[in-house]
Amino acid sequence: MKTRLPRKRKVHLRIRVNGETHEVAFAPHKTLLEVLREDMGLTGTKHGCELGECGTCTVLIDGEPQLSCLVLGLECEGMDIITVEGLADGPQPHPLQQSFAELGAAQCGYCTPGILLASKALLDEDPNPPRDRIREALSGNLCRCTGYIKIYEAVELAARRLKDPKAEPSREILRGYEV
Amino acid sequence: MSSPRPFKTIGHPVRKIDGLSKCAGVTKFADDLVLPRMLFCKLLRAPIPHALIRKIDTRRAAKRPGVFAVLTGKSLPVPFGILPVSQDEHALCPDHVRFVGDPVAAVAAVDEDVAFDAMNAIRVDYEPLKEILSIEDAIQNPEPRLHDYGDDGNIHKKVSLEFGDVAKGLAGADQVFEDTMYFEGNTHLPMEQHSALAAVDPDGKLTVWSSTQTPHYVHRALAKVLEMPPARIRVIACPNGGGFGGKSDPFNHEIVVAKLALMTGRPVKVTLTREEVFYCHRGRHPVLMRVKTGVRKDGSIAAMHFKSFLDGGGYGSYGVASTYYTGALQTVTYQVPQYRFDGVRCFTNKPPCGPKRGHGTPQPRFALEVHIDKISERLGIDPAEWRLRNLQPANSLTANHLRIGSMGLGKCIEKVVRGSDWRNRFRRLPFGRGLGLACSSYLCGAGLPIYWNNMPHTGVQLKLDRGGGVCVFCGEIDIGQGSDTVLAQTVAEVLGIDPYDIRVVYGDTDLTPVDLGSYSSRVTLMMGNAAIQAAERARELLAQAAAEKFQIPVNRIVCAGGRVFDAGDPERGMTFAEAVVAAEAKYGTIGTVGSYTPPVSHGKFRGSGVGPSPAYSYSAAVVDLTVSPETGWITVNKIWVAHDVGQCINPVLVMGQVEGSVYMGLGEALMEEQVFRRDRHGVHKFPSLLEYKSLTTMEMPEVVTYIVEDPDPNGPFGAKEVGQGPLLPIMPAVANAVYDAVRVRVDEVPITPDKVLKALQSPSKRYGPTRIPEVTLPEPIRVPTPVEGGDGRAAGGEGERKKKPSGASAGVSP
Amino acid sequence: MAGSGENKTAMMRLSKFKYLAPRSVNDAAKMLADAGPTASVVAGGTDLYPNMKRRHQTPKTLIGLRRVEGMRGVSGTPEGGLRIGPMTTLTALERNATVKAAHPGLWKAVHSISTPILRNMGTLGGNICLDTRCNYYDQNYEWRRAINFCMKCDGDTCWVAPGSKVCLAVSSSDTAPLLCAIGARLHLVSATGEREIAAHELYRRDGIHFLSKRPDELLTEIVLPATNGWRSTYRKLRRREAFDFPVLGVGAWASFDGPVVKEARIFLGAVSPAPVEAAEAAKSLVGTRLEPDAVARASDLAYGPAKPVDNTDFLTRWRKEMTKVYVKGALEDLRGS
Repeated sequence: MKTRLPRKRKVHLRIRVNGETHEVAFAPHKTLLEVLREDMGLTGTKHGCELGECGTCTVLIDGEPQLSCLVLGLECEGMDIITVEGLADGPQPHPLQQSFAELGAAQCGYCTPGILLASKALLDEDPNPPRDRIREALSGNLCRCTGYIKIYEAVELAARRLKDPKAEPSREILRGYEV
Repeated sequence: MSSPRPFKTIGHPVRKIDGLSKCAGVTKFADDLVLPRMLFCKLLRAPIPHALIRKIDTRRAAKRPGVFAVLTGKSLPVPFGILPVSQDEHALCPDHVRFVGDPVAAVAAVDEDVAFDAMNAIRVDYEPLKEILSIEDAIQNPEPRLHDYGDDGNIHKKVSLEFGDVAKGLAGADQVFEDTMYFEGNTHLPMEQHSALAAVDPDGKLTVWSSTQTPHYVHRALAKVLEMPPARIRVIACPNGGGFGGKSDPFNHEIVVAKLALMTGRPVKVTLTREEVFYCHRGRHPVLMRVKTGVRKDGSIAAMHFKSFLDGGGYGSYGVASTYYTGALQTVTYQVPQYRFDGVRCFTNKPPCGPKRGHGTPQPRFALEVHIDKISERLGIDPAEWRLRNLQPANSLTANHLRIGSMGLGKCIEKVVRGSDWRNRFRRLPFGRGLGLACSSYLCGAGLPIYWNNMPHTGVQLKLDRGGGVCVFCGEIDIGQGSDTVLAQTVAEVLGIDPYDIRVVYGDTDLTPVDLGSYSSRVTLMMGNAAIQAAERARELLAQAAAEKFQIPVNRIVCAGGRVFDAGDPERGMTFAEAVVAAEAKYGTIGTVGSYTPPVSHGKFRGSGVGPSPAYSYSAAVVDLTVSPETGWITVNKIWVAHDVGQCINPVLVMGQVEGSVYMGLGEALMEEQVFRRDRHGVHKFPSLLEYKSLTTMEMPEVVTYIVEDPDPNGPFGAKEVGQGPLLPIMPAVANAVYDAVRVRVDEVPITPDKVLKALQSPSKRYGPTRIPEVTLPEPIRVPTPVEGGDGRAAGGEGERKKKPSGASAGVSP
Repeated sequence: MAGSGENKTAMMRLSKFKYLAPRSVNDAAKMLADAGPTASVVAGGTDLYPNMKRRHQTPKTLIGLRRVEGMRGVSGTPEGGLRIGPMTTLTALERNATVKAAHPGLWKAVHSISTPILRNMGTLGGNICLDTRCNYYDQNYEWRRAINFCMKCDGDTCWVAPGSKVCLAVSSSDTAPLLCAIGARLHLVSATGEREIAAHELYRRDGIHFLSKRPDELLTEIVLPATNGWRSTYRKLRRREAFDFPVLGVGAWASFDGPVVKEARIFLGAVSPAPVEAAEAAKSLVGTRLEPDAVARASDLAYGPAKPVDNTDFLTRWRKEMTKVYVKGALEDLRGS
């Protein structure tokens, strides 16, 4: 068994993730995705291709959705990063998390973290987005389960609930259409 | 079932019991798991599609720093495969590679970079063989053979079944129609790449965590290939980040990491790259089809002859079952009194095909529904009307001895016809805009297990806690379809408690009773029935204890609203937890079991194992689209879809399955294809998420979903499947709508703009295949139809079903 | 010993490199000159990092331009000619009201790139210098090994056209044909000097050496021509409205004397290793009012120079046929019908 291993040079950086500053050491060629999942244990951020072709690994960097697979960890120094683990307000889920769970917008749940963050960025910018705006804002996130419809409905419900916490989904959303 | 209607949880849009965990990023998928001292595995894959391995030199790789083990096929000589009749795979190819991507060696190293470099230091000496890259190739070149078994050269399987006398039926028909159609292969493309982690504990037990839809079959394959007692192996299925049938075979990488863990004494993980996921495949078979139908003056079918040719790829996988499935369900939607099916599956040097959502039935359904659209037009009958007139009746036997229970297709058609304003719009829209209708049906689990046994297909155990909590154990695995929630709701309904008070323990071969897996749309029906049985047995114990306490007859006891009480005097009662305490005091620890075995199927002939199901779901869809005559571009405007789910367990989950099926079907209809470069040694043309085209939000149209409930006596609370059926009508509905829009027939999936334009420019106004290959088929197994008095046996005792069924169903959502 | 001590998950990873983060253009140019041919600059990373993960490029030194001052933002006036820093993200350009109003053609091209998330990361400079694409090239190392690699990377043969002496990977930038058509100018800086070239001079019909920019030169500014009576547009053909690179892009520009075309330029993207000028088609428009006949004639003439080969999505024949339709559409945009 070989025990001699190539030495790994690491960089030490302060990264602000989910409102907390962390001191992290990692190899300089690691992407933010790798740093989050491997060096910080934040496995809520998923990956589907690592090539920028699916949107699964989306996180917020300074409030903007970006792909963590195509950003170096060391390029993130001094930036504010939000991952799915940072969406809830303490024990209280974010209205998007609540509505996604309630309306079945998360089926397998694998693309969900990325879509939640892209949706959050949208609602932060436009608290009342029309359907086409949602469609456009989420066009960089592939989902193979839902056909996106429950996702739109969940974003719309969360948008309403941010203004009126008692807002409820329609009968068609919960039980289908009637003719 | 004696749960009182109206249901308390069943039929209600209950939030998924794991919904918030998934939305918090807390759910652990296989690649999220990390163990101390864990090593990384990489698989070296064949760069040529067909070759013998002369020599593998692993010495340089083994010497690299950080490398702990190098493995080749020599160390894993035992073959495996999902079907008993196709044990043709090896964890690593020992001597013969069959497609670009077939694994030949593996490395376990301290990290992924070291493993990657070590893998590339392995030298393999190949002796190339002739490449077999298509159905035609396989039929024309019996040699060199991909496998030393199969029906003929590179033909894996030949099937011929005849129900009644089709030649006579066709001769007696007023008109005979014939079509030749092709369905290109496509793949599941789950967002999660397959991942597996293996660890051996010092006391000799091996544990494998995997993103699998079928932990039980992985368990069996591991025991077989590793030559270890199953009792020493534990398989834990992790929640799947999408499956769709693509994670329902036991896979080479699962066996390899287990072996490497045994060799190194350390945990070993593998996560496939996106490219490798395309090599796992097991997706939709490319199928070439010919359908010939004799029709009477009134439009009804006199007889049908259906032929299919499947391009199977390099291994058997579920392929024998897939072959039968391309011929099994033609009879369950519209009446087909005489029916013949011929099927041929070929081995080719490409990744193996298998079960994708709809398993083997979407291809023939496409052919059939387009064929019917053409027939209706030639006869001058509205295609919706034709279908309504010719429905297979409820509670009937089909010509091929499938037993139909509830049948809500008529209601489905009526809903989409009304919703889309079909009667005012079909054939009346301006040139370039069109409506198309198609229908389908799917099974609710296969009637027979994959390997022959007399045991139940699923089991559920309940453990009741003194605090009122209920723990449910079942080998099922949630792949996003919501089976954990279906299980919790079912138990909650029977025991009258809140589904969130239930903990579900799933997919663990040590902890949970066997459920065969999340495939074949079997889980809701089978697991649901087992769960009802287990919960009713528990309820009985609580009721007995409560009745004794209140001194009333047990039949007056009701469990509802978290209480156990006297139906005659609801004030007289106790909490559910108190009832558990009373029962535990009376009987000891409260645990119950339930299980489910499907009813015995009517068919007794060889091949009758594929097709029977406890119940059949039905769907209908209308697609509204626009075609540009200048470019052939198709823009889908809106889709109406109705699905007969028997009884909704949870309407939000049902809609999610319907909408997701529509999405996936539309991707297949318009753009998804798994294709290979014939002129470049059969490499996958584009194994990437960018170039394998799946619909983004921008291509997904509005979908109007109608839930139809026609309860089936075999379903739990009457429920039937929804995960796969609603995908099937989408491809033919698109094809039929394209015809309505611009009057051309594209008899091939996917329906791409270049094909539409070519059809528009061609004199025949058609794009599609015209020929089928010449293959000598065996004499058909002849089975008299029920109408002819057939009892499900083959004529003259020929072709009796063997003890070992040749296959069963698979393919799954999501 | 247990390796690096990190938690491990599995995925495609970058090759190893040394990372430099200059603060000024001069520093960046000097670092680039010092590091030599094994260095690469990185802007948004959305093109380079996937290439590094697939081992197309394995630069020893990466010079990140994120923190270089003065390379971001839009300055000047439309009438005087807008100046755009190459590190301006595509999203920032898309949201720039002046750009949208004064340069709708550029706005359409930018808006059509990939996805909103990738536009938050990708830059205009990055899109202008986008690596050429080919589906024999944009594949993992293992896949490329299975075809014995190609001319563009690690091999000798162009698999699209095995007789070809040059690499036929496709120029897949959406902004390139548009910037060529409108006559944008590009400012290049190196340690030894600076120069300005016309956008179309940046590109060469060679999928490997597709930029005339020297490796030690940095693109530092994009200068748009003054707006004075011309119009421009961009049309893009692709499978999906998100993610996909163009399989045909049409950048069109025309200046007018009243309703009459004074001058016109048409550049086709994604049909060759460089944007291709459809000069005859453009010339045929001079003196016309872009009436249907003139548009049809020009569209037919644009068909000739479009020479797509089988290395992108869609059938080659159909892509070529679409040139007419998309040029026609672009010219109708210019007419303002």
